[in-house]
Amino acid sequence: MSVSARMMIVLTVVGAFSGLSLVYMDKYAEPYIALHKKEAIREAIGKVLPDVAGAEEVHRDEIVIYRALDSSGGLVGYAFLAEGPGYQGTIQLMVGVAPDLRRLTGMEVLESVETPGLGAKITESSFKEQFRGLEVVPAVGYVKAGRKPAPNEITAITGATISSTSVVRIVNEGLKEVRRVIDFRAAEPVPLKEGGTN
Amino acid sequence: MSRRPWYREYLKGLWEENPIFRMLLGMCPTLAVTTSAVNGLSMGLATTFVLTSTSLVVSIIRKLVPSQVRIATFTMIIATFVTVADLFLKAKFPAISKALGPYVPLIVVNCFILGRQEVFASKNPTGRSILDALGVGSGFIFALTLLGSIRELLGSGEVFGHEVIPSWHPWVVMILPAGAFLTLGFLVAAMNIIEERTR
Repeated sequence: MSVSARMMIVLTVVGAFSGLSLVYMDKYAEPYIALHKKEAIREAIGKVLPDVAGAEEVHRDEIVIYRALDSSGGLVGYAFLAEGPGYQGTIQLMVGVAPDLRRLTGMEVLESVETPGLGAKITESSFKEQFRGLEVVPAVGYVKAGRKPAPNEITAITGATISSTSVVRIVNEGLKEVRRVIDFRAAEPVPLKEGGTN
Repeated sequence: MSRRPWYREYLKGLWEENPIFRMLLGMCPTLAVTTSAVNGLSMGLATTFVLTSTSLVVSIIRKLVPSQVRIATFTMIIATFVTVADLFLKAKFPAISKALGPYVPLIVVNCFILGRQEVFASKNPTGRSILDALGVGSGFIFALTLLGSIRELLGSGEVFGHEVIPSWHPWVVMILPAGAFLTLGFLVAAMNIIEERTR
């Protein structure tokens, strides 16, 4: 057999085996990965809103908002995913906001690659707790460490102002979108087109 | 080829041919992921899995692969096992997979994996190839776990998440990239001293 024929056969056989095993592996892993993703979102909703029994996924204008309900079916607030650039890579947040959209109920960092020891402190509870009960009208602001923050302001992390302000900016931009699709002045939340339950 | 006793094939990877401390190969994942002991250990285990599986397959098919396409064949096999490892970590250990980030898929370009295929598995019988791969893999695990433990200890006073030095004032630099270079430099220097003394 000529060398080129052997080269083709070996590469074809190895490629076919490799492809087959990857298809098999992907079939095995896919449901687990989807489950982890769903769990991460559900867990984050539970952290950013109090007394959540369940959440409905609401799609509107390509925006996904989670309508969180307590065990008797009452609305406890909305949660939404917001992301934007941080100091290094993308920061993805889950933000919880009260039904009147006037204050936050919590914030969780789902993804971030900020500098360990500095910007990565945005994932620590001392930073995240500042968002609980934070007023968001007219918008979230920040002060540098040592100054007293207003009810709508958080204290930026020393040495990581860019990471801190990135979070503030991502929250504000996300809120703007949410305000656009939910009429918060109405006494009852406007019925939303529901895209599925979670 | 070599007629050393079989256990030497394993032991040489731990010390005299240690991929990190002696050969200085695979530096990229070494420096990047060793921010904690558990990250170093997981990276070492994932790499050892890929290395051993690849050596097994390569040593079995070594006589069938024409030398002109050997690199392409080895790379394809390595890439397959890397993807398997990546999907497995994502499915079963999402937290570790998240911490290691892009460095798991990047095992595919880890030079000592291809290196072991070139210098060893493609020329030696299956048993010896597996021992060689396990040895080099263990050397890598040892190096990464040591590096991760030292950086975690000095950077946060903990090892494997357990407090070792109470009320330690963290040296943040140890968790930053500079800490990786410093620790690796000191460790390689220490290994060189030990090597000289024992010769």
